[in-house]
Amino acid sequence: MSKMIAIIDFGAGNLMSVKNALDYLNVDGRITDMSDEIAKAEKLILPGDGSFGFMMEELRKKGLINPIKEFISSGRPFLGICLGLQALFEESEESLGVKGLSVFKGKVVKFKKGKVPQIGWNKIICKKNASSRSIFFDSYMYFVNSYYAAPEDRSIIAAMTDYYGNFTSAVSFKNITAVQFHPEKSGNFGLELLRKWLEC
Amino acid sequence: MLAKRIIPCLDVKDGKVVKGRSFDRLKYAGNPVALAKKYNEDGADELVLLDITASYEKRKIMAEAIRKVAKQIFIPLTAGGGIDSIEDMRNALNAGADKVSINTAAVKNPKLIRQAAEIFGSQCIVVAIDAKKKGRKWEVYIEGGRKAAGLDAVKWAKKAAALGAGEILLTSIDKDGGKRGYDIGLTRLVSESVNVPVIASGGAGSLADIKNVFEKGKADAALGASIFHYGKFTIKEAKKYLFKKKVEVRL
Repeated sequence: MSKMIAIIDFGAGNLMSVKNALDYLNVDGRITDMSDEIAKAEKLILPGDGSFGFMMEELRKKGLINPIKEFISSGRPFLGICLGLQALFEESEESLGVKGLSVFKGKVVKFKKGKVPQIGWNKIICKKNASSRSIFFDSYMYFVNSYYAAPEDRSIIAAMTDYYGNFTSAVSFKNITAVQFHPEKSGNFGLELLRKWLEC
Repeated sequence: MLAKRIIPCLDVKDGKVVKGRSFDRLKYAGNPVALAKKYNEDGADELVLLDITASYEKRKIMAEAIRKVAKQIFIPLTAGGGIDSIEDMRNALNAGADKVSINTAAVKNPKLIRQAAEIFGSQCIVVAIDAKKKGRKWEVYIEGGRKAAGLDAVKWAKKAAALGAGEILLTSIDKDGGKRGYDIGLTRLVSESVNVPVIASGGAGSLADIKNVFEKGKADAALGASIFHYGKFTIKEAKKYLFKKKVEVRL
């Protein structure tokens, strides 16, 4: 296994900002859509902008669904960002009938109130009973989202955020970490969170 | 809940920030990376880089400025100024911008908004509207405020949002540079008419002006150029003031 961190490229989203952040933190991030690169990566990041349906379709076309699931089963650290969090669930109101990675039970739903998408800095409030080596801390993070995940198993929720009601802004379970916000765009605290994840 | 955003805008010409000379509290004025870093440390919530270079050839220099800033600063970056095609947008986004702002090109070809939103997603398409009061309404101006477009600002904002704009950057031509406050009436009217965030611009001269545009103008974000450039207030000072006045900000 190499020290390389694979950043999955499914053909959308500003991957450079994730890569720039890893460069800044002096780690070897590699943007890739190759399953063998994923297989040999030390850690895996699934970032994402765009729509749930488009993402799942592209992952399917590129033959990346099984490599991602296998990576997650291997116990190596996985980080989902934005749509990369939503993809871990079973389905989304955004793209009815499209199956997600279904690593977690639950679906992705749309904000019912306020301006949508939510764009800007919002506070994440950590759940205190989250695993003892939680990387999360209460802070403002940068969000751009119209949808959020509603996990069936509430124990995987690592942080909540209030946007006309509380929603799940981070989940954490074993080797899986996923955030609805963009740590790579959340200033110094976002970088701090990424650094903590890289250390785990 | 969402914090109100403070967004400094850097005017970039030939790869250098202009207006920077009077930027007393900042060293290395003129260097976009140094200024962006300083603003980031000072608590800026986003940055706008506005290309005021006239010629097409110099766009590459702008892309280089974006690239350098994006490698060092990890807050959202918006690139604007003279962007008039999908290709221009792609170049700016590939250089590391998170959003692009379009103005004249959107008025001349509204379909560009929809096309851009379909390709890149609404979240990265900002439609900039320059408006000037005319009677009881506000009229849209294009080409850097030189030409009336014959459109009502509120109607145009609604249309832009319906076509897929993710945010509206609203500048009052009447108030711009006057340092006597934002155009509260215009900002409020637009903000209450669209379901996307509105960034107010033009007229900030005091910290109370910023508070007013959030509270009375219902703006989601406030853009500031000279108020921060000339060192009258730092962003940190502005945020501390807003926090005291119970406006939610990211400190």
